[in-house]
Amino acid sequence: MINIITHYGHQLLIGLGWTVLSSVLALFFSLIIGSFFAIMEVVPNKTARIIGRAYVEILRNIPLLVITMFFYLVIPLYFVKINGFTAGTIGLTLYTSAFIAETIRSGIQSVDIGQMEGARSVGMTYWQAMRNIILPQAFKIVIPPLGNQFINLVKNSSVLAFVAGFDLMYQANSIASITFDTINSYFVVGIMYLIVTMPLSYYMRYLEKRVA
Amino acid sequence: MQNWIHAYSLINLRFLLMGLGVTVYISVISVVLSFIFGSILGIIRYSKIKYVSAIFGFVIDLIRNLPLLLIIFFTYFGLPNFGFKPETIPAAIMAMTIFESSMIAEIVRSGLNAVDIGQMEGARSVGMTFLQALWHIILPQAYKKMIPAIISQFVSLIKDTSLATIIVVPELMQHAQVIYGQNANYILPMFAALAVLYFIVCFSLSVLGNHIDKRMA
Amino acid sequence: MKKKFLLFSLLASVFLLAGCGSSLATQSVLKNAQQANTITWGVKGDVSLFGLIDVHDGQQKGFDVDIAKHLTKHILGPKGRATFVTVTSQSRTPLLKNGNVDAVVATMTITPERQKILDFSRSYFDAGQSLLVPNNSKIKDAYHLNGHTIIGVVGANSVQNIKKASPKAHVIELQDYAQAMNALKSGQGEALTTDNGILYGLAVQNPGYKVVGGTFTKEPYGVAVNKNQKDFVKAINKALDEMQQSGEYNELIKKWFGNVPGFNYKELYRK
Repeated sequence: MINIITHYGHQLLIGLGWTVLSSVLALFFSLIIGSFFAIMEVVPNKTARIIGRAYVEILRNIPLLVITMFFYLVIPLYFVKINGFTAGTIGLTLYTSAFIAETIRSGIQSVDIGQMEGARSVGMTYWQAMRNIILPQAFKIVIPPLGNQFINLVKNSSVLAFVAGFDLMYQANSIASITFDTINSYFVVGIMYLIVTMPLSYYMRYLEKRVA
Repeated sequence: MQNWIHAYSLINLRFLLMGLGVTVYISVISVVLSFIFGSILGIIRYSKIKYVSAIFGFVIDLIRNLPLLLIIFFTYFGLPNFGFKPETIPAAIMAMTIFESSMIAEIVRSGLNAVDIGQMEGARSVGMTFLQALWHIILPQAYKKMIPAIISQFVSLIKDTSLATIIVVPELMQHAQVIYGQNANYILPMFAALAVLYFIVCFSLSVLGNHIDKRMA
Repeated sequence: MKKKFLLFSLLASVFLLAGCGSSLATQSVLKNAQQANTITWGVKGDVSLFGLIDVHDGQQKGFDVDIAKHLTKHILGPKGRATFVTVTSQSRTPLLKNGNVDAVVATMTITPERQKILDFSRSYFDAGQSLLVPNNSKIKDAYHLNGHTIIGVVGANSVQNIKKASPKAHVIELQDYAQAMNALKSGQGEALTTDNGILYGLAVQNPGYKVVGGTFTKEPYGVAVNKNQKDFVKAINKALDEMQQSGEYNELIKKWFGNVPGFNYKELYRK
């Protein structure tokens, strides 16, 4: 085990870097895309609502691996070349955006409907009310679970290993097959994942307790 | 168009459905086992038994915070070091069960904590034991609230079985890969089939879950 | 409850003792196989000509698989049974070390590194590493790949070989040859590298791709077994001798490589 850390520590840290970078990028973009589709799900326009709903349902019910491999193997055949890291990050973004959309939608819907009516009655347009009254409150509900989304992203980013995304799991596979020391390679990598996810997970629990 | 017709030949479709069968088989067993184990673990954690709850809690947190892929490697490549050599499907079921049990345990724990503590105190004050109060008063309320979270966890479980392709479990993802691996023209039809088949299974479970949720409420 | 606790203590021990697991390799694999009248072979499922899963019945088929079947008959007698587990380049070594499989016939090159932890039979097939590229590619050989992206498979020694031949080549490793071939088609790399036998199989399946550069390494395939299984290795070598003398070996070569364009199967004949 010590051997793996001393000989391959550098490679593992690079892997960790790609893992975290992919997770951060995916969190950022899925927040934007997720908010967009959450709003589509609640606007008065029926077509928009259907599109929003369909987006969320489709992406929530298809495995992340299928989405990621699709971007890695299929999209380049017909459109544009996407490397493994990018394909993995796009996969993570789309997959996570559906979950974030769902959280934000329920956040929006949990804001009292009277507030919308109130805002409209004092002369605000629908969008003014949405932007100034409803969304800020919805985000307040949504922000805390984002930490948990980030933990999920770090874990899920291991699909990058399937598309040569250079992440921690990819490095683990590579090191395991060079050293033939399978269990210890994965053991070390497991600890590296935990170093990122465990503290965050406890911090999130602490936040939840404080809110409650 | 020709590719699509050939890709969905009877033989290929049968092979895909065989894979789907394994996916469903692994999912159903893992759902049942992780519901049972997850509930027990969640209750142990909620019960605050000295040391025991803390130790279980810590192990659950360790597992929850690891990628499932790593747990699959541990059950398939790691367990044999301890004299137990699972084949691919049992190894996948074990990995799914271990991982999802700890996810469910966390849902159960927070579900139980969300039930007003006064109810436990009230039940105890009328002479119920801790377990009686838990069984008759707290659990029924907690589970009602937990249904959506548990169902969406199980939908994740079904999707996550696709990761087991890495140890060559003959499930849906693996079988699709075998087909497009042998004829690259079938790659788009295979991904379409994957999307549709996974969607049907997962969406049905979501719909069923909503139905149960509405009936219980 | 008790069962649960057992499961978790087991899991906890996986975490805590991961480094200290003792080797199971003290038992004789051959004796166990003779007792059960069954040998469990690890074979490929993603390699055309050597070990490929047939979508008709889900069974692995290929030269390696047939070699394993014949070896079984020679070692255990005509009633001996062979069972097969699909392995990948990544999983074959741990599965062998762990005893999930008794032996591996899976396009596995005998290398000094592997010989430190595994035992090999003598070579049963002489491959050499080569490159698969699109027909219009400018790549000619393995020594001028610096700056190019080359696709390999996790766990294959071809990945390390390419780094020796062209140290500044970017190598990406995918899970199996099915993914690797599709990645090549999707332009994720400019060439796919592995042994020529595997590449010829891929070239047959995928028109528009050719094998270039000849072979730049020697890749003798051996049957791999766990370390310290001398009697098993001896039995396998003896069986291989018998197969060569009886002509079974040449029949299998003809069956699998007789129709591969660009491949003179008669050169592979062994007497």
